[in-house]
This record gives sequence, structure tokens and C-alpha cells, in this order.
Amino acid sequence: MTASLIGRPVKRKEDRRFITGTGHYTDDLSRPHQTHAVFVRSPHAHAKIRKIDAAPALALPGVIQVLTGEDLKADNVQGLICGWMIHSKDGSPMKAGGHPALALGKVRYVGDHVAVVIAETPAAAKDGAEAVVVDYEELPSVTSTGDAQSSSVQIHDEAPRNTVYQWALGDEKATGAAFANAAQVVELNLVNNRLIPNAMEPRAALGEYDSGSGIYTLTTTSQNPHVARLVLSAFVQIAPEHKLRVIAPDVGGGFGSKIFIYPEETVCVWAAKRVGRPVKWTAERGESFLADAHGRDHVTHGALALDKDGRVLGLRVKTTANLGAYLSTFSSAVPTYLYATLLSGQYNIPAIYAEVDAVYTNTAPVDAYRGAGRPEATYVVERLMEEAARKLKLDPAEIRRRNFIREFPHQTPVILAYDIGDYDASLKEAVKRADVSGFAQRKADAAKRDKKRGLGFSTYIEACGLAPSAAVGSLGAGVGLWESAEVRVNPTGSVEVLTGSHSHGQGHETTFAQLVADRLGISIDQVEIVHGDTDKVQFGMGTYGSRSAAVGLSAISLATDKVIAKAKHIAAYVMEVPEDDVEFKDGEFAAVKTNKKMTFGEVALAAYVGHKFPTDQIEPGLKETSFYDPKNFTFPAGCHICEVEIDPDTGVVEIVKFTAVDDFGTVINPMIVEGQVHGGIAQGIGQALLEHGVYDKESGQLLTGSYMDYCMPRADDLPSFEVGMTITACPSNPIGVKGCGEAGAIAAPAAVMNAITDALGVKEFDMPATPEKVWRALSGQRA
Amino acid sequence: MYTKPFSYHRPKSLEDAVALFGKSSDPRYLAGGQTLIPTMKQRLAAPSDLIDLGGLSALAFIRKSADMLMIGAGTRHAAVATSADVKSAIPALAYLAEGIGDPAVRHRGTIGGSLANNDPAADYPAAVLGLGATVKTTKRSIAADEFFTGMFETALQDGEIVTEIAFPIPEKAGYAKFPNPASRYAMVGVFVAKVKTGVRVAVTGAGPCVFRVPQMEAALAKDFSDGAIANIKVAADDLNSDLHGSREYRAHLVTVMARRAVAGA
Repeated sequence: MTASLIGRPVKRKEDRRFITGTGHYTDDLSRPHQTHAVFVRSPHAHAKIRKIDAAPALALPGVIQVLTGEDLKADNVQGLICGWMIHSKDGSPMKAGGHPALALGKVRYVGDHVAVVIAETPAAAKDGAEAVVVDYEELPSVTSTGDAQSSSVQIHDEAPRNTVYQWALGDEKATGAAFANAAQVVELNLVNNRLIPNAMEPRAALGEYDSGSGIYTLTTTSQNPHVARLVLSAFVQIAPEHKLRVIAPDVGGGFGSKIFIYPEETVCVWAAKRVGRPVKWTAERGESFLADAHGRDHVTHGALALDKDGRVLGLRVKTTANLGAYLSTFSSAVPTYLYATLLSGQYNIPAIYAEVDAVYTNTAPVDAYRGAGRPEATYVVERLMEEAARKLKLDPAEIRRRNFIREFPHQTPVILAYDIGDYDASLKEAVKRADVSGFAQRKADAAKRDKKRGLGFSTYIEACGLAPSAAVGSLGAGVGLWESAEVRVNPTGSVEVLTGSHSHGQGHETTFAQLVADRLGISIDQVEIVHGDTDKVQFGMGTYGSRSAAVGLSAISLATDKVIAKAKHIAAYVMEVPEDDVEFKDGEFAAVKTNKKMTFGEVALAAYVGHKFPTDQIEPGLKETSFYDPKNFTFPAGCHICEVEIDPDTGVVEIVKFTAVDDFGTVINPMIVEGQVHGGIAQGIGQALLEHGVYDKESGQLLTGSYMDYCMPRADDLPSFEVGMTITACPSNPIGVKGCGEAGAIAAPAAVMNAITDALGVKEFDMPATPEKVWRALSGQRA
Repeated sequence: MYTKPFSYHRPKSLEDAVALFGKSSDPRYLAGGQTLIPTMKQRLAAPSDLIDLGGLSALAFIRKSADMLMIGAGTRHAAVATSADVKSAIPALAYLAEGIGDPAVRHRGTIGGSLANNDPAADYPAAVLGLGATVKTTKRSIAADEFFTGMFETALQDGEIVTEIAFPIPEKAGYAKFPNPASRYAMVGVFVAKVKTGVRVAVTGAGPCVFRVPQMEAALAKDFSDGAIANIKVAADDLNSDLHGSREYRAHLVTVMARRAVAGA
């Protein structure tokens, strides 16, 4: 028996082209007669547009056209959509204002799209964009989450008090009763800071129109090209679906920000017909800061009711979520069904009630960003648990143990039914790896050096593998979240796997090939993963929410099963034995009780040659498809422990140790999983210590509009991570995988902040824990 | 990113550079370009003529005498950071250069360019003022105390080019920087030196322009130890205040960094 490829750290097949500069990103592509687009953006947070004068731009050499929202309107191009309907607790549908790709009469945030200048060169387009004269009537603005509902500023006429919805989940009465009976109540005010995604590759688009066939092609930086095509055809109405091809070639990171259908991409593909030539746009980094969908931005009050032994009786959460100036594609779902459904954490909590108000502000739209709702939920639950442990003078590990869910399946009071997990195992392993028992000594040693040490836990859970279609449909999603796969065997026995998942750094070309090669008993080099082109792959929902392995690879697994079944059928005919006598193992079809054998390649050739079996009974060829709809979400969970040391002189927080023990179910490639964990933790630590998207309260200008002010984590901000795994195989999909892409970003912020509040001895302390904030907290104690 | 159009020149001598400058309508000298080029790409600067001093190889040198260290204006940060002469004469200066920007910046940026730009958060002004160096130009010699006149302002006249910086070799010197967590420029950088004329303390990053702290200098002249300045605070009133640090925090950091600079000297 050959060794299984599953669980092996196979080197990433795609990396050779990435690190030798031979990948093909959108901006690498150029077409004959291509033109270049530059967007005229609003310099104001909120203003009426009195007039747009394009004449000075059009007079410049190289400027071809200047297009505005009125031109989109004239072509009946519709506004962008939010694909998830949320109803307020009074039953009314969410109050969504219009979202034109180019402004109609009003701009609502700094960076909002006013017009596009199409020119012969990028420089000419830039000159043109500077020359367009826009007459604005400035309006007062509101950017802060907490101020949006009380402000007199009206951002969309459709949404009074700038309120999109007032949503609730859980049992208010039962939760009230739990608090009435509580021996202890722990309360915290928490801010989940606004983050700005920073994929290495900025967004880009290349729009083309073929006047002969009437087919539009949009090549773009998308995590889900089929969804982009669906939205652009069915809703925005650029072109019928069969006349629109969307290609997402190599994409350099997304973190959620490339899920959404944005104005720039929409305008480029539409303008290609208007101009009669291809139209290309690549975002400058400054545009990414201004106009990529941001993440998080919650203001929350959380309260935990406990009995005298530290058992949780109830949880009450009130959150205001900032959705920015327009509702981005999935924005409405993030602070509701991706957030409040996770508030039970790893704990048996009898009653939970969560209220979420979503608000418009004069800021960039906010949507899913690595973790999307689940980091926010984990942050609330885990900060509260740690605070409860301190108040009840319980060991933070012990209070968690007392509340862990141990029987599965477990129905939480907030929709989700956890299928499997072993929270004691990951906690135990993490406590061991973090050397928690030696912490007191390390803290004492640090004190001798005038440093303050702290330790923080985060036992998190996430719902991944988005998602069972019926479940999300009942919750308001406009799409089903299944995935498709096609396994195409060539006559020579090599295999093309077409998947609706999209790889933009995750390494699908390796992990997906590992599974298929393992199942078919062929070399991994015989397997090619094809994705990211609506002309090649029939349909797909794309990659986000740690869903590609659990849903996309499950579809591949089922299609592969079908291929094996058919191959077996053909092999039986060719070997002239009953099908039941054919066994498939290690790439060979063997007829038991005989010495007849066929390799997978031989059967593939037979399938296409068709000489040796009745083609009126068995179709020739070897190609199967599968549409897989998961039975349940998957529930990755684990325990992260952070140890910090603070320099009281400067307030600088050093992460001296970070331990992560995760349960991702079956692991296909541990090297890639570890890489995902590292990246996620880096982003989580980034949120806790460094990153913060800040708008000026008065002017509404983005103050953190470049790397000079927006603080990305760097290697020297991070320790070497201690990473471990415990495994409970997921029963809800055929592979047993749960998903690993978001865990670090979900778990880390709470672990870091629990460590910092431990070191400082303070209760409330918001992210990011900048040196000045830490220093001030300590100065307050000294004073 | 695309700049506005400009004419590019690469003169072979200082005389040619100065002459070109005089003939152009809105010229800028280009040294390492680590500030000017990004600024042009963002279209915040749009000179008519860019006069590249990169061809003047005579400006790139490091020479040591008994009591002086001379560094040519065209010397790159990486050369200063790794120079055996700098490391032996003024190790704090090599350490400072090693902490400027990132490797790409250090291999392009020059000491003359940095000084002529006088960014309030740049490192070199702290060393030049802290050591009491002399800035030599195409026209004259300027004492450090006269050179830095304000935010992005220097005593340089139109067309004048920095050619060399002459540093007195100190008995002791130290530099401590608290980097802005995002940009890694100095949020507060303090250079402390004990030279023949006394002790000098220069602070960059904290205010609109590099400045000296006479109270600390006096205290250190009596007792060159970090404890001697533990209770000396600079006034916060005139300091910078931004997202990353209020003026009060910066004022506090000046003392902390000064102590660390002394301890490391």
C-alpha cells in the first residue's frame, strides 16, 4: 500500500510561479488598444454634487471619455446590491439606500466614486481626473459608530436615524430571568476597532467587449467570479449572464475584501462597450485604503450572568455595527448571522439575547473581513469570560472548563447546532504548550526587571464551511452556498479538476490535488486544478468563510467517487468480470479471484477509446460533476493563549509567547494549515496591538490612509508561534475537514487583550493597545 | 502611480548641477530620492526639472582624521551603517544609520538628501545637531546649530548643495529611538554626545524640528549618567501631537529615550 497523501506537508505546487514572477495577475494582462481608467473620488465625507464639468479634462491630450452616474443611468445600469435581507425585530425589512456605481447627486464618504476618466495612458487618465471640476455643496458628516443614530446628519433618505436595521436574536425573557437569578453579573463595554484590509495585490479590473458576439469579459481580482457574474448580470444588468464572462486569474490575497462587487469593476466592464476598447484599472494603494470594504467596527455592551460557581446562566449583548456609507454585498449578514449566532462560544449557555443595530456612516462600506462577525463574537464572549474569572477569583482555564459543552450534537440558543468538538483537549494541550504553570515565576522574574507580564486565554469557536443552503436561505441569504466540482479524466489518465472555489493564496492547487491524487492513486503532478473562469467552471460560490475545503473539496471528493464508480464499471467490462468483483486500491482496478488488473490510466484510455465495452449501455468518456450542499456548518474550535510583557516606561507591549492549539478536523496539508494559522494570528495580533482605521470626527477624512499611519503588523512585532493541533473529524462532510483560514484572526485579539488587561490590572481597555494607551493606563495607576 | 512630466538631468559636476538649477523654472535636486520620488508619485511635488546628484561619485566618501569624521553628502545610509571608520569613531552614528527606514531605503537614501530635506521625524538631524557637526555646502560651512531652521526648512539657499558633513569624534555618544509603529520614523529620537565643547542632547521626531535640551545637557555635564536626567522633562506645549502619540506622551518619551541614549553611550 502506498502512503496516503492526506496529512502530508506537500510543498505548494503554485509557489514556483509566484516566487519566480511568472504568475498572471490582472494587472499583468494587457490588451491591444487598451485604455486606462482613473476614478474621480470625493474629497468630502458628505456633499451634494451641484455640477460635474468634464470639459477641462476632455480638452487634455489622451483623454477619451469622462463618464458619470448619469451615463450609467442612461444605459439602464442598476445600482450595486446587498445580497442578504435582514429584518428588524419589528418585522420590517432593512432600510437600504441606493448604491450607484458612480454617484448620483450626492457623495457619502471620502473616496466615493464621482466619475471615471478613460484615457490612452494611466498618466493621461490621472491628469484628466485632476482636471474634472466638481461643484460640491458640503454637508455635515458623521463617521463614528456611536454617533450615527443620534446625529442630525441624514445619509440616505430611506434610513431615518441612519439605522439600517434593529435586529435581535435569542430569548429576551429567558435571558432576563437568568440575570434575575444570577449570583454574579459581569459587564463590559467593548469596541471592536475598524480594520482596513491590505491584500498584497490591490484590486484591479480589465473590461472588454466583443461587438461581434456581444460578449463582455471582466478580468478582475475576485474571490468568487461566478457570484460577480451573477450580480453584474441579474441585478446590475450589465449584460445577460451568458453574455458575460468573469475571470479571476491569480489573485494576491483577499481576506474577504475581494468577495464584493465594487463600483470600479462594474464601471470598467460597462465602459468597455461605451469606449469600444478594453478598459483597465488598477487601484493605487491609497485607493485601497479609501474604497476597499473595511472590517469590524462594532460598539458593544456585553453582560454575563453567572451562578456562584462560575457557571454561565445567561448572556446579553447589545451591539451597534457600522456598515459605512453603502451596504456592500454581504455587509448586512456580518454583524447578524455571522456574529450573534456565535455568542454561545464553546459554552453551555442556557439563555442568550443579542440586539444589533446596524448604522450608516460617512465612511467606506464595511463588510466581511477575515473572520467576519466571528472575531467580533469571540472577542465579546472571551473578554467576558476572562473578566468573570477575575471577578470570581477563578482560574481562567477552570471557569472555561466548568462551562464547556461536552455532549454533541449541541443545540445553542442562537440557531447553531454544533456537530462535534473536544474543547477540553485543545485547552489542555494549549495550557501545556504555553507552560501556564510556569507563568507565576516568569511574572515574578519580569517584575524584577520592572516589566509587567500578563497571560490571556481565548477558547474560540467559529462556524465555517458556509453553508447549508436551506439554512442560509431561511436566514435571508439571496444565494445558496453549495459548491460545484467537475473531475475530468483525460484519455492519458491525467486529471483536470474544475472547482467553484477560488484560490487567492490558500494553496488549493496543492491541497485539492493531494486529495484527488490520493483517491485515484495517481501522482499529484497528474492533477491540474482549474478555477476562476466562468467559461471553464460551470458555477461556483467562491472562497470565503473557510469554506473551500469543507464545501468545495467535498464536492470534488463526491465527483471523484463518481469517477471511480464509472471507471469500475468500465474496468469490469474490459476485464470481463462482475462489477462486484472489481476492487479499486492504490490506483489499480483488480478483479478479485483472478490475476486481472488495470491501472487507473488504462481504464481512462479504455473509457475514451470505447472499443471494449458496449457504448450503448455505458457512455464513453470519464468525467463527472457534483454539486455539494453541506449538511451543517463546520465548527473549528481551539484554545489560544497569549503571554505579554509590558515596558511601563514606554507602554510598549511585547508578545513574548503565543500558543495556538486548534481543532480543524482532518488535516490534508499540515504545512499549509500551519501557514494559515500563522497568517491569521498575525492579523489578530495586528488588530489587538496595531491596526486601526480612523476617520477625523470633524472633517470625515480618513486619517489612516497610508502605511505611514495605518499600522500593519511586521515580522518583528510577532513572536515565533507555538502551534499545535487536536483533531475531531467533522461528521458533516465526506472528508472530515472543518476549515482553518480564519481561526487566528478570530481567536487572537481576545487572547492578546486578556493578557494585556491581566498585566495592567484593568477591566476595560480597547484595541488597539497602542503604547500611549498602555502608558496612560499605567500612569493613571501611578497617579 | 504616475508623476507629472519633468525634465531629468544627470550632471557630471557640482558646478554643472548648480548651473542647471539656476537655469530651470522649478528645479529640485535629486539625491537618494527616498522622499522626493514618492512625493512626486503622489503628485504632491511636480518639479519642472529633476537634477540627479547621483552621478557625482566624489560626494560619496567616509574619511577619518584624529578628531573628525567626514562623510560625503552622497554617502548612502547603508555605507554609514557598515563603515568600519564610523563604527570605530562614532558607533552611535552607525547604529542610527542602521535603523533608518528599511534595507531598500538605506541602500538608496543619502545623508545629504536627508539633511537637506530636514524631515521632522528623520534620524540624521539628531546626530548632526547632537554631535555639533558642521554642514559643508557648495557655498560655505554651516554649524549644525544654524542649519536646521524649521519643519522641512534649513539654512540652505536656493541652489546650494550639501557636500559634506564633518562630525567631531565624541568621547561618548548614544542614540535611542522610539519608532512610530506604522511608519517606523522616529516618534522620538534622542542623540546624546559628550564632545570637547560639552554635552549635547538633540531630539528629533518630537517637535516640528530637531531641537536641543539645555537642561539635560547641563545635568549630564555634571554627571553623565541616565539617572542625572531622570526627572528632567521637556515642555509638551510645542511638541507634535498625532494619532500615534500626544505631545504629553512624546514629552515623556524624550526623557525615557534620553536616558536610554545615555545608558547606551
